[in-house]
Amino acid sequence: MSNKGLFPTSLSKKYAMAATGLFLCLFLVGHLLGNLQLFIPGAEGKEAFNAYALFMTTFPLVKVLSYLTYFGILLHAVDGILLARANRAARPVRYAKENGAANAGWSSRNMALLGTIVLAFIAVHMQNFWYVMHFGEPGMYSLASGEEVKDLHQVVMDFFGPANSMAIAAVAFYLLAQAAIGFHLWHGFASAFQSFGLRSAKYTPWIERVGQAFSVLVPLAFAVIPVYLYISQH
Amino acid sequence: MNLTLKIWRQNGPTDKGRMETYPVSGISEHMSFLEMMDVLNDQLVRDGKDPIAFDHDCREGICGMCSMFINGEAHGPGRGVTTCQLHMRSFKDGDTIYIEPWRAKAFPVIKDLVVDRSAFDRVIQAGGYVSVNTSGNTIDANAIPIPKPDADEAFNAATCIGCGACVATCKNASAMLFVSAKVSQLALLPQGQPERDIRVKRMVEQMDKEGFGNCTNTGACEVECPKGISLSNIARMNRDFLSASLKGE
Amino acid sequence: MLESKIPQGPIAEKWTNHKNSIRLVNPANKRLIDVIVVGTGLAGSSAAASLAEMGYNVKAFCFQDSPRRAHSIAAQGGINAAKNYQNDGDSTYRLFYDTVKGGDYRSREANVYRLAEVSANIIDQCVAQGVPFARDYGGLLDNRSFGGVQVSRTFYAKGQTGQQLLLGAYSALSRQISKGKVQLFNRHEMMDVVMVDGKCRGIIARNLVTGEVERHGAHAVVLASGGYGNVFFLSTNAMGSNVSAAWKAHKKGAHFANPSFTQIHPTCIPVSGSHQSKLTLMSESLRNDGRIWVPKKKEDALAIREGRLRPVDLAEEDRDYYLERRYPAFGNLVPRDVASRAAKERCDAGFGVNETGEAVFLDYASAIERYGKTEANIQGIDSPSKAQITELGKAVVKAKYGNLFDMYQQITADNPYETPMKIYPAVHYTMGGLWVDYNLMTAVPGLYAAGEANFSDHGANRLGASALMQGLADGYFVLPYTIGDYLADDIRTGPISTDHPAFVEAEKSVTERINHFLNNNGDTPVDDFHRRLGLIMWNKCGMARNAEGLKEAIQEIRALREEFWQKVRVPGTGDQYNPELDKAGRVADFLELGELMCVDALAREESCGGHFREEHQTEEGEALRNDEEFTFVSAWQYTGDPSEAKLEKEELVYENIELKQRSYK
Repeated sequence: MSNKGLFPTSLSKKYAMAATGLFLCLFLVGHLLGNLQLFIPGAEGKEAFNAYALFMTTFPLVKVLSYLTYFGILLHAVDGILLARANRAARPVRYAKENGAANAGWSSRNMALLGTIVLAFIAVHMQNFWYVMHFGEPGMYSLASGEEVKDLHQVVMDFFGPANSMAIAAVAFYLLAQAAIGFHLWHGFASAFQSFGLRSAKYTPWIERVGQAFSVLVPLAFAVIPVYLYISQH
Repeated sequence: MNLTLKIWRQNGPTDKGRMETYPVSGISEHMSFLEMMDVLNDQLVRDGKDPIAFDHDCREGICGMCSMFINGEAHGPGRGVTTCQLHMRSFKDGDTIYIEPWRAKAFPVIKDLVVDRSAFDRVIQAGGYVSVNTSGNTIDANAIPIPKPDADEAFNAATCIGCGACVATCKNASAMLFVSAKVSQLALLPQGQPERDIRVKRMVEQMDKEGFGNCTNTGACEVECPKGISLSNIARMNRDFLSASLKGE
Repeated sequence: MLESKIPQGPIAEKWTNHKNSIRLVNPANKRLIDVIVVGTGLAGSSAAASLAEMGYNVKAFCFQDSPRRAHSIAAQGGINAAKNYQNDGDSTYRLFYDTVKGGDYRSREANVYRLAEVSANIIDQCVAQGVPFARDYGGLLDNRSFGGVQVSRTFYAKGQTGQQLLLGAYSALSRQISKGKVQLFNRHEMMDVVMVDGKCRGIIARNLVTGEVERHGAHAVVLASGGYGNVFFLSTNAMGSNVSAAWKAHKKGAHFANPSFTQIHPTCIPVSGSHQSKLTLMSESLRNDGRIWVPKKKEDALAIREGRLRPVDLAEEDRDYYLERRYPAFGNLVPRDVASRAAKERCDAGFGVNETGEAVFLDYASAIERYGKTEANIQGIDSPSKAQITELGKAVVKAKYGNLFDMYQQITADNPYETPMKIYPAVHYTMGGLWVDYNLMTAVPGLYAAGEANFSDHGANRLGASALMQGLADGYFVLPYTIGDYLADDIRTGPISTDHPAFVEAEKSVTERINHFLNNNGDTPVDDFHRRLGLIMWNKCGMARNAEGLKEAIQEIRALREEFWQKVRVPGTGDQYNPELDKAGRVADFLELGELMCVDALAREESCGGHFREEHQTEEGEALRNDEEFTFVSAWQYTGDPSEAKLEKEELVYENIELKQRSYK
């Protein structure tokens, strides 16, 4: 079979993309809810965010979820790369003239590109925070409960604040990444439902509308955070 | 009108091929696109040159033989039409028109604009039928009433002409619209139920074997399909394949 | 002497008795027998699939890239069957009677009765295959009415019935291919039949992609290669439709029957210019609701032609609904030959409505109004406005005929919902074909012909929705039985060797002809000759013929043929895909067939069905048959020159239907 790879058929690859994609949408929601605590000003915000970080790194169920998320991202990315490679191979000679815009949306035609940007972002983002949190030596913070934890809140503040000479570049990169996620979701959200065959005249328009709302609102909310942190500290 | 044609020439399956430029003049807007090609070929033959090979037969949009990728779109800029139904009134005097064959690994070029689409036949052979022998004693045609909406939807799926525009237009050269149209037609009818699971599995397996790409739900196939075959057929096939796979065996 | 082999006994029992008495081949022996089927349309696909299901080894050939492209796919309107689902008094006998009458009493009674008899099985078979026929809200099959009959017995799938039936047969064929019982040779053209010891034992075929000439042996060969309407160049046939397989068989001893019987279909889109490569049919089903008219006054016709008057503005009393006027009982639903001639008569008299003067109107305005009113009632709209009625009516018409209207608009750029369509007759079907006996075997032992390629069932005029019926009847229900009677002798023959001198000889002559074309050094493209042939045929052997014109045509065709062999230019080589070469071979055969058609038309000193000799008409201009002298099938035997073909007559005996002058008044 030409469609070798992680899955035996082209359709099972689709199911995997759809399942991991939708799961990662849930992850986005969870991640966003946590991040929103960065809007809480002052000491109260510091306490809330660091408590949240502790919870996220120690609570067993969350740990399981986070491993699932790593696995999901990895699977989604590897499967996506395999798909893109197989799809390129399915057309060895390209057209001299191709008018893709005539029949399909831009997002849907550029999922691999968008996905690559997002993947690069994830790597950078994890280096920026997750790596520092796990292997770096940031300052410590005492929670109200008395527990000593690494001060992730400060790490975030510094990253987008005057402490980082490249802060403006960081903000720009994060904005670009959110735009990529937005466009990726613009096609991906509804597409996942289609892949599972969840389509009907009655519900599909709603799925599409929810997908569009999701792909605008979630990345927008994410994007506001670095901007806010940058502006509020400069 | 006068036009400049940029046409893919390829002498045979092993030739590398290239785009060549041909001016044509005196084209009437009432001509069909293929009649315009006839004019060019007539001239090429009279000039002692090799005419352009292209597939065509019924010239009324139903046989599915004609297959040109015109100005970056399967069957050209029209909607709901095949190349033979595209008329020159869709173009303007002085236009440059790109004409290429369907491009897909599963559709190798035979000559110029002619490709081999027998992969489609093999997909149908894998299961696109109801296993019923010819017999003067099948049950009466009216013995099983079929709800009109189901019959109509099965018909809509069955109107696929197998031209391959879906593959040609899909950025992944996926054959999902074609395959799902047949899977859907038979899945919607009571006659198709006994083989419903095995059919979808076999046809998908054959589709993959032929080297078509994977569906990424761009929806381009539905837009370019001359018969307007709906994406809901693909959804139905996705559903059926999942359920057939989960049943095991 | 031609032996029609019609079984004895009452007509209603002939087929059953025959099936019970012919020889069978047992299942183990069927595996030892090879059958070649040329053509994969309705007749070919269904025959190949059925034969393979029975156990024979089948080789199926088609020149297209896939069996599914055969031109049966383009049939629009429907398929007849005597199911009497509509409770309107239909029966096997009525279908039989209508077909014989519609054919103007020039078909073989026993064959037609058998056709009517198996018609109901076809519908059952197709539904079992998953053919999505139109259904009503109760989930049962719907019917509509076609020309020349007074019942609704036509089953349909929108305007794509042929497509759905062919895809059904194609799926049955595909199933056998997957089992290895049918070997498919697509993009292959049959170049000749091969005779060994007086029997047909195979064919020479050419792989159109590689140019390779191949020998294929078999115990029997079935030609289901369609009709020859493309002899007219402009027709509703596909570009590739050709007579070559049948013509090669004719040259090897098969008789060509009634070659001049051509069906000119009344509702086609008129010719728009000299660039035209083919004509497009608008389904006959449109005559269910459409009304055909021309202006009553010549000055109005002229004004419309010159664009000074819009047809919708012409007052009702100034319109001539000439079919309703001449044939009140059948009105717009007279048979095709009658409708076509009536259109020609009006246009010849100067009432044509397009630039060329060769078009009449097919008007849906009154149907839109009628349906609109009904729909308003259904929806409970009190005193609807005219605009409302029109809107509702258009929606109904769209649901019924939408795809046809769209097709018309794509081709003409006119909107048929707003202005009447323009139509004109065009060549559509050929009733003539290879002469076959009751078993569908030609005069050559072991060589069979099915579907449009044979002559047997439609007489001098085919009724609408009967071609699909005949193709499938032959392929599913007739040939698979009757061929066994012949093959029963072959169970000990063993495989046919293609090393026999007859194969070598046939292959050699095929190769020589190909080489002749390629080395001819002419200067004129094939299509040029084809167009000129078509023009001769249309003008002199078309809707109306006379002795003088036919004689001229014969001379013109002979001269054209000579010129063709001298001047035709075929570019390219013989070892690759070369459509010009394929076309050259087909046109060469048309150039001989055309002459035979004129010879046949000249010999038949009467008018019947589609064959209208101007010398033989009633005072009202209707076809005037001569039953005394011409109640026979003209079966022509090849002698080396079409004009020298030998005529053999198969007398037609009418035991169940009384010969009457056809009347649709």
